Amino acid sequence: MRAIGIILAGGNNHRMKELSQNRAIGAMPIAGSYRSIDFSLSNMSNSHIQKVAVFTQYNARSLNEHLSSSKWWDFGRKQGGLFVFTPAMTADNSNWYRGTADAIYQNLSYLKDSHEPYVVIASGDCVYKLDYNKVLEYHVDKKADITIVCKDMDPNLSVDRFGTIKMNEESRIEEFEEKPLISKSSTVSCGIYVIRRRLLIEMIERCAEEDRYDFVRDILIRYKDMKRLYGYKIKDYWRNIASVDDYFSTNMDFLKPEIRDYFFHQYPDIYSKVDDLPPAKYNSGASIKNSLISSGCIVNGTVEDSVLFKKAYIGNNCYIKNSIILNYVYIGDNTHIENCIVESRGTIRANSYYKGENGVQIVVEKGDRYVL
Amino acid sequence: MIKKEMIAMLLAGGQGSRLGVLTSKVAKPAVAFGGKYRIIDFPLSNCINSGVDTVGVLTQYQPLRLNSHIGIGIPWDLDRNIGGVSVLPPYEKIESTEWYTGTANAIYQNIDYMEQYNPDYVLILSGDHIYKMDYEVMLDYHKQNGAEATIAVMPVPIEEASRFGVIITDENHKIEDFEEKPENPRSNLASMGIYIFNWKALKDSLIALSNQPGLDFGKHIIPYLHEQKAPLYAYEFNGYWKDVGTLSSYWEANMELIDLVPDFNLYEEYWKIYTKSEILPPQYISGDSVIDKSIIGEGSVIDGQVINSVIGCGVRIGKGAIVRDSIIMNRSVIEEGCELYKAIVAEDVTVGTGSKLGIGDEVENETDPHIYNHGLVTVGEKSIIPPGVTIGKNTCIFGVTEAEDYPDGNLASGKTLIKAGEEI
Repeated sequence: MRAIGIILAGGNNHRMKELSQNRAIGAMPIAGSYRSIDFSLSNMSNSHIQKVAVFTQYNARSLNEHLSSSKWWDFGRKQGGLFVFTPAMTADNSNWYRGTADAIYQNLSYLKDSHEPYVVIASGDCVYKLDYNKVLEYHVDKKADITIVCKDMDPNLSVDRFGTIKMNEESRIEEFEEKPLISKSSTVSCGIYVIRRRLLIEMIERCAEEDRYDFVRDILIRYKDMKRLYGYKIKDYWRNIASVDDYFSTNMDFLKPEIRDYFFHQYPDIYSKVDDLPPAKYNSGASIKNSLISSGCIVNGTVEDSVLFKKAYIGNNCYIKNSIILNYVYIGDNTHIENCIVESRGTIRANSYYKGENGVQIVVEKGDRYVL
Repeated sequence: MIKKEMIAMLLAGGQGSRLGVLTSKVAKPAVAFGGKYRIIDFPLSNCINSGVDTVGVLTQYQPLRLNSHIGIGIPWDLDRNIGGVSVLPPYEKIESTEWYTGTANAIYQNIDYMEQYNPDYVLILSGDHIYKMDYEVMLDYHKQNGAEATIAVMPVPIEEASRFGVIITDENHKIEDFEEKPENPRSNLASMGIYIFNWKALKDSLIALSNQPGLDFGKHIIPYLHEQKAPLYAYEFNGYWKDVGTLSSYWEANMELIDLVPDFNLYEEYWKIYTKSEILPPQYISGDSVIDKSIIGEGSVIDGQVINSVIGCGVRIGKGAIVRDSIIMNRSVIEEGCELYKAIVAEDVTVGTGSKLGIGDEVENETDPHIYNHGLVTVGEKSIIPPGVTIGKNTCIFGVTEAEDYPDGNLASGKTLIKAGEEI
């Protein structure tokens, strides 16, 4: 293979509200059985990138737990493998990762000790399928210094949480704005980059010398006119988990047959850690309409237009509508939940009532529960 | 020197002919069970949960599915530097090359395998029972008694005892006598086919009896040890244990999993059952579906009615279809408007639009009444059933069937339809 991979999964995002109190965005559960980092990891594996580093920092416990074995994504290899880099104290540095470029700088030996000519950088908070080899081919064809994967968004939607790109007719990037309030373009950067390894080392070292820490601001935007930056447009499904609403709508997208077919039934597959849970069980009284149900669930009540993650228990006579129930949630009898995200490992008492009136409500109930 | 206190030998070579077409292409231990599992997952998971990390799996009949399922043992954490799982097929020798001719003969042919781990005890298991059992507790019992061999036994109703090997013990559970399928059983303790031997006693008796044709544990090794006055003990097991050797017991054991709180509970955190999961995504239940009292595996897409059934992984059930009291294994497709009553549908089967299975009167099966009974419809793997046909009870279908195989669009109760090229 001609490239090594880097997945940036260290950041926090206050737009995720309570959901990021427990986990990094990379560990956000997606579509019943996955975590958001699975998409980038599986893309790496399916693109035959054998050596991948994940940079974690913020609230990394559940992400590290998810990455405790590399075999699920087929990275349990002698050649290459999966490397997880959390900030470490060294003789000459005791800082956290001060930014994405700093995270790479603090682990520069990973780049220096590799021999592959290219690096694919991706983020751990996007839901998509992409063959990075196609981006790499394009990168070589264009004789680019850096290739940025980008996507046209609906021009009516705000793009103020993305980096926006303007390209000329040859796809060379002319403008790159980070999180603009008003943007001249509705093409956004997907946070996926291809770059020559030696050039990346050079740029990162220079960045560090100048006490600059951010990959987008201090490398992409700063070098925009000096280096050849190209955009590679993707047309397929791509979502970034950047807010509670994004998170909710991305999960709900999986209730659409075309999205399910694209991710679940079309080659290549998305991989995830295997939990060895029994099949989902439906007792009498269960009624399910238009919902995704994961393994280990036990359903006694009504579930409509919802996503149940692993090992959710729905009590008798419950009504769950248009909601996301995360892993290991117990919902007591006669409970009504509508337009909600129920945080994982929650215990909802019997006879409760939750309804998101203006948008999605996040339900965090940490009752103690004796689990057999 | 490598040293393992106890290693397990799992007998997985049998055909299981009483499962009919379910085992025409796979060995019985590889038959799917409970939605996502295969029968062999239960003893393999018991091994790792009991701390037994060295398991030899003896294969002979149709081992392909078994081999690919076991692989290097990753799902059961049996991928080890020392020990782990090894698949042991019969092999060619300089003199007297032979198949495994009996349970103990299979073990005899693998003395070298066991020897390399220098074990104190050898656990003999069979791959055709559904149960959760801590073999370590049985080993402690074996050691306490100073036994040379310990046989796990299960109390059964005395009227059923004549179907089993029956063990007669004294009040300390020391074995006094045994009877193989006796007409008038003297005890209700049935042998479960699970043995712990002291390695030396096992090795000596295997070598002493090596010329016995069809060398078998129940018939030869245990009686031999008993004659030698070796102390043999019975270990009484009172948990759930189910032999799934016949289609009706297989069907019943599956149906027991869907009880409100099943006797055999897969949902306990403790003592997990592991399996090779090929399909990850969650299942999708559409707005047109009705689900009642069922278990359904990963990645299945349900558009119809599923009542009282066990559905595997990656199954598709079309709009308006009714699946009742049935078992549908992995990746099978039940097209729109089908009706299935008491059907066992093996893996990768397609049932064409509007076909009805399990309709009509109970008529004894014309070819194999001892296999296809109980009102069940059994469909072998990769079979295709054309659209719009009606199939009766106690029937068996195997192979790619076409409309002309069904006179007047009908397969009457008691008929067997096996297409050429699908010999059993």
